[in-house]
Amino acid sequence: MSDTLLGIFSWDFIGSVIRVTTPILLAAMGALVANLAGSPNIALEGTMLMSAFIGVIVSGFTQNLWLALFAGVLSGITMSLVLAFFALKMKTDIILAAIALNIFSTGGTIFFLSTLTGDKGSSASVNSLVFPNIDLPLIKDIPVLGEILSGHHIITYVAIVLIFVMQYVLYHTPLGLRIRAVGENPDAAESVGISVNKTRLIALIISGTLTSLGGLFLSMGYVSWFARDMTAGRGFIALAAQALGGVSAFGVALGALLFGFAEALSYSLQFLKVPYEFTQSLPFIITIAVLAFYAYIRLPQNVKRRGAQSGETRNGRLFQRVWEYFSRRAGIRKGVDS
Amino acid sequence: MKEMHSDTGVSILEMRDIWKVYPNGVIANANVDIQVRKGEIHALLGENGAGKTTLMKILFGFEHPSSGKILYDGKEVAIASPHKAIAMGIGMVHQHFMLVPSLTVAENVLLGMEPKKGLSVGMAKAFEIVRQAGNQYGLSVPVEKKIEDISVGMRQRVEIIKTLVRGANLIILDEPTAVLTPQETVELFKALRILVDRGKTVIFITHKLNEVKQIADRITVLRKGHVVGTAEVKDMTQVEMSRMMVGRDVEMVIEKKPAVVGPELLCVKKLHYVREDKVAVLNGVSFSVRAGEILGIAGVEGNGQTELVQIITGLLSPSKGDIAVNEKVMRRLNPKTARKSGMSHIPSDRMVRGVALESTVEENVISDRYFKKPFSAYGIQSPRKITRFTKGLIDQFDIRVDSSKRSVKMLSGGNIQKVVVAREFTAGAKIIIADQPTRGIDVGASDFIRRQLVEERDQGVGVLLISADLTELLEVSDRILVLYRGEVVAHFDEVEGLTEETLGEYMLGIKRMSEDDLKGYSQETATDKEGMER
Ligand SMILES: Nc1ncnc2c1ncn2[C@@H]1O[C@H](COP(=O)(O)OP(=O)(O)O)[C@@H](O)[C@H]1O
Ligand SMILES: [Mg+2]
Repeated sequence: MSDTLLGIFSWDFIGSVIRVTTPILLAAMGALVANLAGSPNIALEGTMLMSAFIGVIVSGFTQNLWLALFAGVLSGITMSLVLAFFALKMKTDIILAAIALNIFSTGGTIFFLSTLTGDKGSSASVNSLVFPNIDLPLIKDIPVLGEILSGHHIITYVAIVLIFVMQYVLYHTPLGLRIRAVGENPDAAESVGISVNKTRLIALIISGTLTSLGGLFLSMGYVSWFARDMTAGRGFIALAAQALGGVSAFGVALGALLFGFAEALSYSLQFLKVPYEFTQSLPFIITIAVLAFYAYIRLPQNVKRRGAQSGETRNGRLFQRVWEYFSRRAGIRKGVDS
Repeated sequence: MKEMHSDTGVSILEMRDIWKVYPNGVIANANVDIQVRKGEIHALLGENGAGKTTLMKILFGFEHPSSGKILYDGKEVAIASPHKAIAMGIGMVHQHFMLVPSLTVAENVLLGMEPKKGLSVGMAKAFEIVRQAGNQYGLSVPVEKKIEDISVGMRQRVEIIKTLVRGANLIILDEPTAVLTPQETVELFKALRILVDRGKTVIFITHKLNEVKQIADRITVLRKGHVVGTAEVKDMTQVEMSRMMVGRDVEMVIEKKPAVVGPELLCVKKLHYVREDKVAVLNGVSFSVRAGEILGIAGVEGNGQTELVQIITGLLSPSKGDIAVNEKVMRRLNPKTARKSGMSHIPSDRMVRGVALESTVEENVISDRYFKKPFSAYGIQSPRKITRFTKGLIDQFDIRVDSSKRSVKMLSGGNIQKVVVAREFTAGAKIIIADQPTRGIDVGASDFIRRQLVEERDQGVGVLLISADLTELLEVSDRILVLYRGEVVAHFDEVEGLTEETLGEYMLGIKRMSEDDLKGYSQETATDKEGMER
């Protein structure tokens, strides 16, 4: 018993956190860019599922990783284009359009899976490929650090690099400036000749691309097959991770890490005598708990007492806010705060 | 009255025979001709709803004229979009600023035309460009600060600089002083002078005559979508201008019996309100409204009126202070308890808070009483009774509509307001909060509504009237107080002999009554009632 308890906090556990965080992180960054542009992408779940499926099928039939990558990303972009067509061009509600896409992906992947393989459950019969794990030269030889940092999946490394890339794009390039402007005050953007729809389209395409990488990771890294509904709500958890992480890519990465931790914990706890039903629902319980807590500390009276500025109440900076919240509570107890 | 302008001076802009009919049938511009000369400050003068904004939106490509011709620099042009207008050298500072709050001043100014450094936005360069553009025209701005952290006056400068860096030669300012303090207005006028000295042309929209006198070279006056005339400002007195604007030489005087006041119905005590951004909007406002009187509140928009009304009607909770209705301090004030305690509310934004646009006249009229007899019995509606009742109101309030089942959005502004008034005046209220009840509606409907207010007052109802229209306030109110920066700065027990000029001085903060003068009124009523404190 105590062995397994220790096992939870082993190097293996850290590796497992990183592994389960990867797809959430990618999708959460997809959520971020779409949200900043004011065109929230709720179709992350369906997008992941679709590219997970396409990646497996294309790699199985062509035995070519590059083609699988290309097709997987293209399917993610296609999902975004469809969403953009309905929401931006046809002016349907973007949330409803995304729900339709999610439903389509669930049914569509099963349909094509059974058509192509005769199996409605998984692609086990397809001889599909996986993307490789990467050993970092030199680093892998450092005793403890090497074990943590090296040997991860290539998409995991890509995701980490993308955190920095996204932060740079969103906050240091003209494109990022326009995306944020369009999201915050479309009229202002329009009045200086920036096309709101074009900017949102670009944001959605970036969103689809990032999310599709998360999907590819699931079926071509995390495991080596496609199974129906294999995203299992990760696309929605990514939305929560973004809501927590706020408007910076670093914050979003922290948010994703929190949920990755919860998910990894739920796997580890299965080895203890914790009921399966409970461990399975742990990530979702944590999601609800954290979001509720987050909403609570954002309530006007809490914000007011903390003396937050109006600008900060608008967008989430969870970690900063949690810190402020607790330091304030501590302050009250010591009688510092009047 | 229509005087043909002499054609001296080169014109930079001519709009000829412009018509604009909005999809809802409102004719906002009819046969409008306007000619603007290079290098002048041209004021576009007119009451609320006269069609000034519409005309300028057409010029800036935000709206398209139903018909008409635009000549810019002598050439006929079609302005399809703001983009096109900007490219031609037209810039517009909108009534509601077009800025992104979380971005810096420099980012806002250069949005869409960002200088680059490699792949990044060249921030240092951006700061430099904006700083220089500002300095060149005497408009210094804190380039590195975020919009949300700077004052309204600063934001307006940012908007002006935005037009300048895009190469604007003709700059349109839509009611730029409505949101400014007097000092900021002085600064703005200085900047406008510099602009024209450097060869720019300015179109300045306003309905304030003293500003026109101060800053403009020529005026074009609009009334109900028509041009009344164009004139040199130096040839006109303010009285003449106001006649052109309002078009009433003989005031339509409302006959008023002396007020027979009864008990205090509404008492506002030391009300404070601090907005989320820590701006104190109301600073200890106290007053009371008695049965059978109309208390008017004057003030330049944005001096706390909106929040005051929202607090009284329960839409907003105050930071400090009490509201008492019928001598009873209201603990949980919300729109429902407010109504229950006998309050009616004519909201200033009738499209949002006054009516449900998609619903029918019937539905709107019974929206506060649909659950009561005779409109509903045992949870079931009685359509015939509702229709009969609504028809009665349509007659009584002279609502111009062909059927009580028309959806409200088909009605004109004045008639929409009459629907609101019909509901609110027949709710059996003891207190009526009328917030800008006649803003932007035609003279006939305005006059009707004012008369109704006086009639209600004669029936013993207490009326609180908030209005930007001073003529209206002076005509209808029994007492007037002036709100300036969230404080009561003046109070007049007697409206007879009071002039718009006097009110204006208090509204603009040029004068304020001493504490002693005010004590005689608001604070006293507050201390009188000290006993009723919870
Ligand atoms: N988008 C719109 N749709 C329908 N009617 C409008 C619209 N904008 C303005 N109006 C109406 O057109 C008239 C003129 O409005 P506006 O040009 O804003 O006047 P001003 O700027 O002089 O106050 C008003 O009666 C107003 O209600
Ligand atoms: Mg206007």
